[in-house]
Amino acid sequence: MNKIKIFLTVLCLAPLSLFAAEPGMPLDSVPIYQTDNESLQRGAETFVNYCLTCHGASFMRYNRHRDIGLDNEAEVTEKLILTGQKAGDLMLSAMRKNEGEDWFGVAPPDLSVIARAKGADWLYTYLRAFYRDESTVSGWNNLVFDRVAMPHVLYELQGEQELVVETVAGKEVKSLELAKPGSMTVSEYDQYVADLVNYMVYLSEPAANDRKQLGILVMIFLFGMLGLTYVLYREYWKDIH
Amino acid sequence: MSKQNNSFLEWIDKRFPLVSTWKEHFTEYYAPKNFNFWYFFGSLALLVLVNQLVTGIFLTMSYKPDSSLAFASVEYIMRDVEFGWLIRYMHSTGASMFFVVVYLHMFRGMMYGSYRKPRELLWLIGMAIFFVLMSLAFTGYILPWGQMSYWGAQVIVSMFEAIPFIGETLHNWILGDFMLSDAALNRFFAYHVVTLPVLIVVLVFVHIIALHEVGSNNPDGIEIKENKNPETKIPVDGIPFHPYYTVKDIFGVVVFLIVFCGIIFFAPEMGGYFLEHNNFIPADTLKTPDHIAPVWYFTPYYSMLRAVTVNFLWVDAKLWGVFLMVAGVAIFCFLPWLDRSPVKSIRYKGPIFKFALTLFVISFFVLGWLGTQQPTPLYTLLAQIFSVIYFAFFILMPWYSKIDKTKPEPKRVTK
Repeated sequence: MNKIKIFLTVLCLAPLSLFAAEPGMPLDSVPIYQTDNESLQRGAETFVNYCLTCHGASFMRYNRHRDIGLDNEAEVTEKLILTGQKAGDLMLSAMRKNEGEDWFGVAPPDLSVIARAKGADWLYTYLRAFYRDESTVSGWNNLVFDRVAMPHVLYELQGEQELVVETVAGKEVKSLELAKPGSMTVSEYDQYVADLVNYMVYLSEPAANDRKQLGILVMIFLFGMLGLTYVLYREYWKDIH
Repeated sequence: MSKQNNSFLEWIDKRFPLVSTWKEHFTEYYAPKNFNFWYFFGSLALLVLVNQLVTGIFLTMSYKPDSSLAFASVEYIMRDVEFGWLIRYMHSTGASMFFVVVYLHMFRGMMYGSYRKPRELLWLIGMAIFFVLMSLAFTGYILPWGQMSYWGAQVIVSMFEAIPFIGETLHNWILGDFMLSDAALNRFFAYHVVTLPVLIVVLVFVHIIALHEVGSNNPDGIEIKENKNPETKIPVDGIPFHPYYTVKDIFGVVVFLIVFCGIIFFAPEMGGYFLEHNNFIPADTLKTPDHIAPVWYFTPYYSMLRAVTVNFLWVDAKLWGVFLMVAGVAIFCFLPWLDRSPVKSIRYKGPIFKFALTLFVISFFVLGWLGTQQPTPLYTLLAQIFSVIYFAFFILMPWYSKIDKTKPEPKRVTK
């Protein structure tokens, strides 16, 4: 019987040993602080200044930003609205879809839920992995997203990176080198992108903080009920043997 | 006051069998007293069904079954509808949890031989519920109109094309178009919110009626009705469903809700298994995703579909795959007649059955995991091996269940 058990256990685990590392570039992990309103607001300002020019976040309303501490509409309008929209409006792109197709070959995707599709680490790595590549239409390429249609919008801040290909133990290893520094240092830029990604995670599910808070109350209630219903069950079942 | 109540009850009872129905199905429905952990999942499945019906009604109030509006309307529910996010997560988590409890409910039946005589029809009605549940899951998953909704459905409906002669016509007839489009979204919405819910509610009702006719099985697999108190005619090992099992099930419900709400409030995506990452990208009819995988509850069958790679007997490999996949689900229907063991419960069955059932569970999980992965030659080989084990469990059952060394069943239920 024991031999059979060992055989079954091995059979269970066999497929796990076949786990191979996913191909592609390893992603840098980004610190996400969904309760840090200052970081979220900095990210929101970056988002409307840079991203919203071409991309939309068309499922999100400006006045929803009360979640991250922008409570009154005047403040929202001043900080986030650059296009003459109203505070109750959806965050639409300044660019039309057909213009995007004409200029970039593809319409820039809506960013409302992009963080849920791609993941925070992917966005964080992607926004820091642009490099100069004269062979592309925009003159930019990206290590995480090869031949991406989007040019490096933040290059004035990050500077210009170049691709370095080394051969280590017969394998090509790609890395990036800062060829022309931008207005920010590397750590300043990393923080800047981290704030932006932090905001985009919020943007992808604005109710997430409410959800977790309500969840704690629900759990406290349910654990109370657990004790109560268990005692009730034992009481009724006392006479069943 | 109580006299008034009684006269009101009498008034009702002369016109509708309220008291007798209540007695027959609750206070005088005698269930075996030795139900264990595995007997929670029937009532939990009912709970999840009610959850799906109620949250589904509220979702329908804001959802738009239109290929250009569907994706945005789901995000509208998530952001602008009061507590819309909660309703949506209750529904999406409920879908996955429905399969969790139903799979456990079915496994309970397999362990304790609940499909055996006299419960064959009860088992078949249950299988019909399972088919409807799968259809509900499939049609529901299309509605958010994300990339996985679209391409996952595309893979499934393209299976109809594999049917010889009528395949293509059937495919176009089902979709109302040559490809998955607005027409299909609208009709799948109609099935999801009208046809299939009505069907599943009726079938669940019939399932319970059939259960109460034959009586519940129990972990010992013996019939409590065969040992009745000669005076009261009540099974000596039976206890009234109400209040004993109602209070016990309420406790089970709370335990379940702790898990259910834990997912809803703290991990609604369940790491991409309950809500797939790619489904947060709107459906793009021109861009096929690199990796198409159905939601976790379909992946064991999806693995079987992909496992067949060679044409055989003049039949195309794809058609064999479809056949294998359908067979993988339908084969449960034959269990009542495949099992030739003299005893019902795993407690008294021999080592061969225990070994076979363990292998079956392993192959179900391995096939499920393989279904989430990109196919490679090695994975395909594994899918083939484990598909064979999966089917061998059923096909060889008439032999191994007969020769297995069983233990004698007890006369009375045990603890």
